[in-house]
Order: sequence, then C-alpha cells, then structure tokens
Amino acid sequence: MNPALNSALNPGMTPVATPWFFYVLAGLAVLSGVAVITRRNAVHAALALIVTLLSVAGLYLMLYAPFVAGVQIIVYAGGIMVLFLFVIMLVNIERASKDRRFNRIWPVGLAASCALMALFVSAIVKGSHINDMFRDRGIPLPESSNTQQIADLLYGQAGKMGPYTFAFEIASLLLLVAILGAVIMTKKKI
Amino acid sequence: MPNFIMSYLDPKVAGTPGGAGNQFWALIYVLIIFAGVSTAVICMNWLERKALAHFQVRLGPMRVGPHGLLQPIADALKLMLKEDIIPAEADQFVFWVAPLIGLLAAFTVYTVIPFGPSQAVSDMNIGILFMLGVSSLGVLGIVVAGWASNSHYPLIGALRSSAQMVSYEVAMGLAVVSAILMTSMNASGTGTLSMIEIVRAQQQQGVWFIFKFFPLGFIAFAIFAIAMVAETNRAPFDLAEAESELTAGFHTEYSGLRWSLFMLAEYAAMIAVSSIAVTLWLGGWMRPFPNLLHAPAWDFIFSLFPGLTFGGLAAITFIGVVRMSAQSFFKIQRIGLAVFAALLGLLALVLLVIAIAGRSADTSVAARFREGIDYVYWFVLKVAVFMYLFIWYRATWPRYRFDQLMKIGWKVMLPISLGVLMLTAIVGVILS
Repeated sequence: MNPALNSALNPGMTPVATPWFFYVLAGLAVLSGVAVITRRNAVHAALALIVTLLSVAGLYLMLYAPFVAGVQIIVYAGGIMVLFLFVIMLVNIERASKDRRFNRIWPVGLAASCALMALFVSAIVKGSHINDMFRDRGIPLPESSNTQQIADLLYGQAGKMGPYTFAFEIASLLLLVAILGAVIMTKKKI
Repeated sequence: MPNFIMSYLDPKVAGTPGGAGNQFWALIYVLIIFAGVSTAVICMNWLERKALAHFQVRLGPMRVGPHGLLQPIADALKLMLKEDIIPAEADQFVFWVAPLIGLLAAFTVYTVIPFGPSQAVSDMNIGILFMLGVSSLGVLGIVVAGWASNSHYPLIGALRSSAQMVSYEVAMGLAVVSAILMTSMNASGTGTLSMIEIVRAQQQQGVWFIFKFFPLGFIAFAIFAIAMVAETNRAPFDLAEAESELTAGFHTEYSGLRWSLFMLAEYAAMIAVSSIAVTLWLGGWMRPFPNLLHAPAWDFIFSLFPGLTFGGLAAITFIGVVRMSAQSFFKIQRIGLAVFAALLGLLALVLLVIAIAGRSADTSVAARFREGIDYVYWFVLKVAVFMYLFIWYRATWPRYRFDQLMKIGWKVMLPISLGVLMLTAIVGVILS
C-alpha cells in the first residue's frame, strides 16, 4: 500500500496495512488456491478454498473495504462453504478420489485462465494510467465510513436514487427468482 | 518505545488501542481478554455443574476443594494428562485442525466486543458484521471434526449441526438487522454497524433497543436469544451432541486436550454471542438509567456496585465457612474456603477504595480507572445473566426433535423476524 495514500485516508494514524501483510495474505491465497485444485480429497480442497476466501477477505480489509471483507466472510466462508462441505461429506470420498480428475476440456480452461491472466498483467503494466482506465471508480473511501458510502451508492441519499439503485434492485429480484425456482424444482408438492 | 507506550495513557487520547493505532496496548488488551475469558470459562464450568446439580436436587461436585471449587482445575489436569487418541481410520490432519478452527473463531470475535467506550481491542466500522461472520465460522470446526472422525455418530452430528446453524443464522441475522435499523433513528438518519457506536446510539436515544418500539425491539431480542442458543449448540437445541441418540455427537472420537478445546470453544462462543445480545439490545456497558440519573451522586452510588457485589460474594462464602461441619475431617476445607472468602473480601475492598478515590469526575488516574471498572462491570454483569440463563435452559427444557427444530427455525422464527424487520422499518419511517 502506498504510504502517502495511506496517510491521506487516515490522517493521524499509523498505517497497519504494511506490505508485509499483503505478501503474507497474497501468498496464502495463492498457495491455498493451488491446493484447491491439486488435493485429491474433496474436503481438503474445500478447506483450502476457505483459506483462500479468508485471505482475500484480509486483502479487502487492506484496501479499506471492510464491508466487502465482512460480507465475504459471512456469505462465502461462513455460508456457502458450510453448504459445500455438507454436500461433499455425503459423497463417497474413497471412490471419488480414484476417479479421473482433469477431463477433456482442460485446454479450454487453460486458455480461459491465460486470457484472464493477460488481462490482469495488462492492467498492471498500464498501472500508471490506472486513473484513466477507471476514472470515476478511483475515489478513495475512508475506512471509517465505508459502509455508509456503499449504502449511499446502492440506495441513494434521502429522497433521490443512487447511481446503482436500479441495478441493485434488479439483481436482488433475480436472486429472489432463483430462490423460488430452487424451491419449486426440488419440492413438487407445495 | 516508552513514549509510544505512555502515549495511550494520555487522558486526551480517547478510544480503543486499535483506534489509536497503539499495538502495544492492543496486545495487552488481547492478553487480558484471553485470560479473562479463560477464567470465565473455568468459573462457568464449576457453576454449570453446581447449578445443574441443585436443579436436580443433587449436591454436585463436593470432594475436590470446599464445595468442589477446585473441580475445574482437577478436570483440566485430568484432560491434559489423558491419552490423546486419534482413530486409525481418521483423517489425521483435519482431525488435528478441527478443534483449532472452532477455538480461533470463538476467540477472534473478542477483538470487537466493547466492554466500554474505550475498553475494546478495536472498533471496526463493520463490527457486528465481523462478529456474525467470524462466529459463523465456528460451525466449520464442528462439521470438519465430525467428518474427520470417520465414524457414523460424529458424521450425523456434524450434518445436523451444519443444517441447524445455517437455518438459525437467517433468523438471527434478520433480528440483528432490525436492531441496526434502530440505530439510524437520529437527526442524520445514518445508522452504524460499529459495536461501540451501536451502544452510543442507545445512549443518545435514551432507550435500550429491547424497549424501543415496544414490543418490536423485544420480539427481535427474543428471536436472537433463541437463535443464539441454537447457534452455540446448547440445550434444548443440542442436536449435534445429543447423547441419547449420538453418544456425544461430533466429538465422540475426541479425547483429552482436544476434547477440552471443543469445550473451551463452546463456552467462549456462548460468552461472545451473549455479548452481541447485550451490545445490541441491553445497552452494552451502560449502567441502568445513565441519562435519567446522571448526577455525580448517582455516578458514585452506581460505582459502588462492583465492590458491593464482591462483598456480597465474600459474605456468602463466609456463611459457608460458618455452616461447614466442625469435624476435624473438614479442617483443611474450612481453611481453604476461609482463604477464598478473604480473597473475595480483599477484592471487594480494593474495588470500593477505587470507587471512593475516583469519585470526582475529573481525568485523574483513579477517576479513569473507576470509570473503566464501572463499564466492564455492567457489561460483564449483563453477560453473566445470559450465561446463567444458558444453564437454566439446559436444566429446564427437554431436547427438540430434529424436524421440530427445523420447523421452528424456518416456519416460526424466520417469518416473525421478517415481519418485525418490516414493522421496525415502517414505524421508523413514520416517526422520523
């Protein structure tokens, strides 16, 4: 983290978000991410995925986005991964671990991940122009009012709609439809 | 370095060590909280066995120390010396790591629990969100322990526990949201998720949220109080370790130190969720009527409470000494109990001296000390009531069946908490 930006965001505070934290968290995320796809045992892979999600939550905290970090922990690490484990535990691990792993579409996966990597690399290389690329997204949000500012963007301030209110409501409607669909598909008699 | 350490003690510095960016005092606070919670768990262990015994017209532990006071220490020693068995077919690594996950999740949440306006390790902008998220990670320890044991009862216990936790988290979250909505009933209309600010909001509005928009606040509180029992896997929702059906549920295969880590995590999580309830609905660190009775005289009277509490405990213990049989067989026990009573009395005396020395409302060290003790006292007292309720529930109610548990979670608690949330929002909009 840039020390100048850091002190600008939190005047009068010693920065906690040191590069040391970044390297530890990023290293942890990458290592456990590799473990997710290499472990033969599905439960081990799920546990490694939880470590990845938690270290990414730590990275969000370093980026002064505590709300996103909190939601990441609640939704992904606490909710979705518990359901994942719930399902995995019902699978016969012994037999599943002997199955052939990488199936025939792996070249497609490789190409897709290389394309994503190229995108990230180009974003980093063009880093000096990052403010040109994301001009109105580069507003630094102070950590102490991060949640309130997200709320302003999503719901708008008193009386008027925020820039993302419509998209947000549409997305929540979509999720509601998905929930209802899941209930109707699994339960024939209601 | 000494300057760095002393800078936090400056009366002008208000706020938590985390907020002041002082890592040294943050570490001290962490150590104090860790020791305090561990001690509380030991006390709770003894109290639970004694109280349950008396509920069932038994004596409970009586042999180790006077009235079994040293029983938790004997238990801890026994568990440490016990052979640590890992079943041959178990998943070694996951079996080893499971109790640590539960323990870490249970203790991490204490970083944001506000024992006072500056008596917390740190104040996060997302405090309550962080607490709910990290405490929901505790279920991972249980689930993973049940799976790694590679045995039927633990697996069933783990499956039950994960289904139960996911179901009750929904109602719990909605109840919390309705309390957070109440924090926005101020001039600026901005609510907060920070634990300290939530208590401050109750102070500004002059009402604990349990009494706000009566009965809406009370219903939300009741839903949380029920869901938190289910979240911590305590009776009557202890389906995950139902001993009549599953031997010991998810920790059947655990023994010795590892088993005791599960117990430690369970009790630490109980204290943590009780602290959430106290912070959100019962005014956190505030003493009764802080706005109505705010004269310095009232401050002084209320600051005598910690000392008087310990004085009362000492008096009860002295009565125990007097009532104990005079037979020579009980001589050592009598002496031990008398020493314990004397220690409690000494503590009471120290607390009273601090209360009297710091009665002026200035920024002297004694006054700040007295203030801190007051905050922590009222917070801990409220949490202690919940801890006693946990024991009371266990002694009173029989265990639910699993289908009943799911029915209550999804068909009763979820609709009620949704309704309360909507009504809170409507009433809030009308009144603002």
